[in-house]
Amino acid sequence: MKNIKYLFTLLLFIGITTSCSEDDDSVVNSNPLDGLHKVYEFQQPEHRVELYSEKPHLEVGFNELYLRFYDKTSQQYLTSVNATWNPEMHMGTHAHGAPFSEIKITADPSIYSGFIIFQMPGDDHHYWELSLLYEIEGNVFEFTEKITVLNPTNNLVTTQSFTGTDDTHYVLAMAAPKNPQVAINDMEAYLYKMEDMMTFSVVENYQILIDPRMPSMGNHSSPNNEHLTYRADAKSYQGKLSLTMTGYWKINLKVVNAQNEVLKGEDITDENISSSIYFELEF
Amino acid sequence: MMGLAILISMTVTAQQVEEDSLQSVNLNEVILVSSNRLNHQKTEKPLAGLDAFLESSRNVSMVKRGAYAWEPAMNGMASERLSVTIDGMQIFGACTDKMDPITSYVDVSNLDEIQIASGQEGAAYGNSIGGAINLKTNAANYVKKGWSGTLGSSYESNNNLKVANGKVNYGSERFFINLQGLYRKAYEYAAGNNEKVQFSQYEKYNAFLNSGYKLSDSKQIGLSFIYDEAVDVGYPALPMDVSLARAFIGSVNYSQDSLFNRLDTWESKIYYNNITHVMDDTTRPDVLIHMDMPGESETFGAYSQAYLKSGANRFFFKLDGYHNRSYAEMTMYPPNPGEEPMFMLTWPDVHTYNVGLYAEDKISFGMDFLKLGMRLGYHKNSVASNFGYNSLKIFYPEMERENSRILKSFSAIYHKMLGDFHIEGGLSYGERAPSVSEGYGFYLFNSFDGFDYIGNPNLSTEASNEVNVSVSYKRPLFEVALAGNFFHISDYIIGKTNSELSPMTLGGAGVKVYENLDYARLMNVSLNGNYSFSSSLSWSGNISYHYGKDNDGNNLPLIAPISYRSALNYFKNQYSASINIQGAGKHSEFSSYYGETGAAAYLLLNAAVGKRFFIDDDDLYVKAGVENIFDTYYVSYADWNNIPRMGRNIHVTVSYSFN
Repeated sequence: MKNIKYLFTLLLFIGITTSCSEDDDSVVNSNPLDGLHKVYEFQQPEHRVELYSEKPHLEVGFNELYLRFYDKTSQQYLTSVNATWNPEMHMGTHAHGAPFSEIKITADPSIYSGFIIFQMPGDDHHYWELSLLYEIEGNVFEFTEKITVLNPTNNLVTTQSFTGTDDTHYVLAMAAPKNPQVAINDMEAYLYKMEDMMTFSVVENYQILIDPRMPSMGNHSSPNNEHLTYRADAKSYQGKLSLTMTGYWKINLKVVNAQNEVLKGEDITDENISSSIYFELEF
Repeated sequence: MMGLAILISMTVTAQQVEEDSLQSVNLNEVILVSSNRLNHQKTEKPLAGLDAFLESSRNVSMVKRGAYAWEPAMNGMASERLSVTIDGMQIFGACTDKMDPITSYVDVSNLDEIQIASGQEGAAYGNSIGGAINLKTNAANYVKKGWSGTLGSSYESNNNLKVANGKVNYGSERFFINLQGLYRKAYEYAAGNNEKVQFSQYEKYNAFLNSGYKLSDSKQIGLSFIYDEAVDVGYPALPMDVSLARAFIGSVNYSQDSLFNRLDTWESKIYYNNITHVMDDTTRPDVLIHMDMPGESETFGAYSQAYLKSGANRFFFKLDGYHNRSYAEMTMYPPNPGEEPMFMLTWPDVHTYNVGLYAEDKISFGMDFLKLGMRLGYHKNSVASNFGYNSLKIFYPEMERENSRILKSFSAIYHKMLGDFHIEGGLSYGERAPSVSEGYGFYLFNSFDGFDYIGNPNLSTEASNEVNVSVSYKRPLFEVALAGNFFHISDYIIGKTNSELSPMTLGGAGVKVYENLDYARLMNVSLNGNYSFSSSLSWSGNISYHYGKDNDGNNLPLIAPISYRSALNYFKNQYSASINIQGAGKHSEFSSYYGETGAAAYLLLNAAVGKRFFIDDDDLYVKAGVENIFDTYYVSYADWNNIPRMGRNIHVTVSYSFN
């Protein structure tokens, strides 16, 4: 009898040591503005317009932005606002715009979102202004405010303005991955064509070829990347980016038009270690 | 772990005699290492490292990356195809680059013997293809003798090696305890051309406790613990050294003479071990990129085993299980200090669960016997780290987090005596799961072929079909044995170049990914002989041939060339003397694909003398000798990156035992 007990204990031990696992990912976030930074509060006579960003400042590159319209009379956030915006860079004698998206309502009807791609930072002589035009129940409001756009604190390149072999000026900006992982990351970029100084239009059906490299590791690259292709639903270019380790990555780029002609960018070889257009990541 | 030792006591001693007579027929072998006085005299270097003892085995060869932590290989197969255990306990190294074979975590002073079983005859210890090496620690000693002890010290001239060793035993009829401590320190050694081999130093501490208590005449409980720590270990063949390799190895065992009135020698053990391994390149000049590579391996396990005798049948049953966790990481520091460190998981916290049942039946027909063995096991791997799982999915987007398989082993051996001839033949089949590196390694740099290796979670189970035959002729003064085995290994796991992948290591030649070959074939043949000229003078000799090719006829790496050794031993009164040669033919069947460049033939001459003195009740042994007397410069096939072996070396050992 005793023997059976010993044997049983042993079997139990083997059983226990061979059957354990854990699962732990289910975080529900209630406040959609959690983790965002309020970068501006525009005080208007009747409203207060709050501008939120994922980053602590407006920065050069892709800025995912959120807006809230606070009605000072009802002391509530408004839920049926139609808004448009326009960023403009003033450079003494001339000015130019920046690519931006429409402003759309989010799942929370008091929160609106969109993005702006700033190509350059502002300084003492050159500055950005943001104009916002919004309509509430038939009444139209408008204001223009000076805004500060900084270079990213990490100084990483996440946007490229270039002239292609077709003599067209383009702006290309990386929107994702925002939090790169050692994994296959979803990658997203926006490509705009400059129609005139103030107008940028989404470029459709091109391809953005990616070649991620680690310059500090002898230009090590990674497998199973997927070039970015156009997605009409998102009006963006999407693909897969493999990062085999943390650290500094240079994502070399080539922009190819629908006819498969290279408009900008070069292949990476032993001699040519970098393309003329690229994005940078560090994590 | 002492448990095994306790178990072995009565019944197995009787068996031992029987098994002994087989040893020269079989490719199996037992190397006695215990530092009891008899062996002291027979052993050339009593306080030599365990590696040297293993190297003296006919069947085991050692892959060397420096002066320390050699990797045992057997039948042309190394770590991943062998089961290496300590008193039956599963332990797994914590180094992704095989710098810490299990044999580096014990010391020869902890051991009584090394049990070597070729091919599936090692299946009792675990799943393996090539065989099993079980390191058996000092046996139980329920002898009413009170306190006794030994102090030993040895010195070797070539690398200025100093060894100090102390042992204290207490024994009574119901209780014993055995405590040991050991320290070794070696500096860089010099090869045959008197050139220092840089980064070949090491330092090691080892403490060992083994205790047992008899609950009754037929029941006993035992406890065992090993602490082993090596620091400042140089690896001349590798780009990195080791600043710390540390193991805690502990077990509790229980045994009783019978179970259910039918089974006998029932023994059970629960064990735990934890290994920490830290690679270090801070002492190396011209490092392209500084990196930290710590690794950890932790294993829980248990087994229970018993014998059953029924007529001509002797059954043996063993139920075992373990859970291992292997984790290793790499952090590289870019030359530009403003850049973030580069981090990756080289072993993504792989959890391995293995449960197996081994059963054996030895059926005797007079002097002949048939032995049937079988193991059935369940093996599961699981990648516990999300970071590591996502990393591997870069290569295998469809990869599952878990992977399980059934592992089988069957063997049959028939032994027949025809007059003075002993004939033995065996057929067997065995399977093994991929190792952690083979399944889940992430950019593991192999400095031999210069490739980064990527594991493959989709590998099939490797399976071996084995035939072994041996014939021996025995007379009282004379014995000769010819033994051979042949392995057809299907789904042989090995790294293959993937030219689409970009190397991670700076200066790396490329990337290899582990794959299953259709098959590989290995063959080993050995001829052993010994002759006793008189009761005090004897000769022994051994020559072996090895073959290993893949399904395309390419050479496999680390297959030995023709190797031989021959020794004359003199042993009379309290004097001992030996002179021996060892050598190897040219390593011409090498594998350049895996970085081998071949090695020239060599021949070494060694000699040793010893004397035992009595001082009252105590004993004093003195042993001295010279290895590589002609200071030959040589490189063996098993030396990584052709690092030359040690030149002339004078060694002295003094040991004092008080009773």
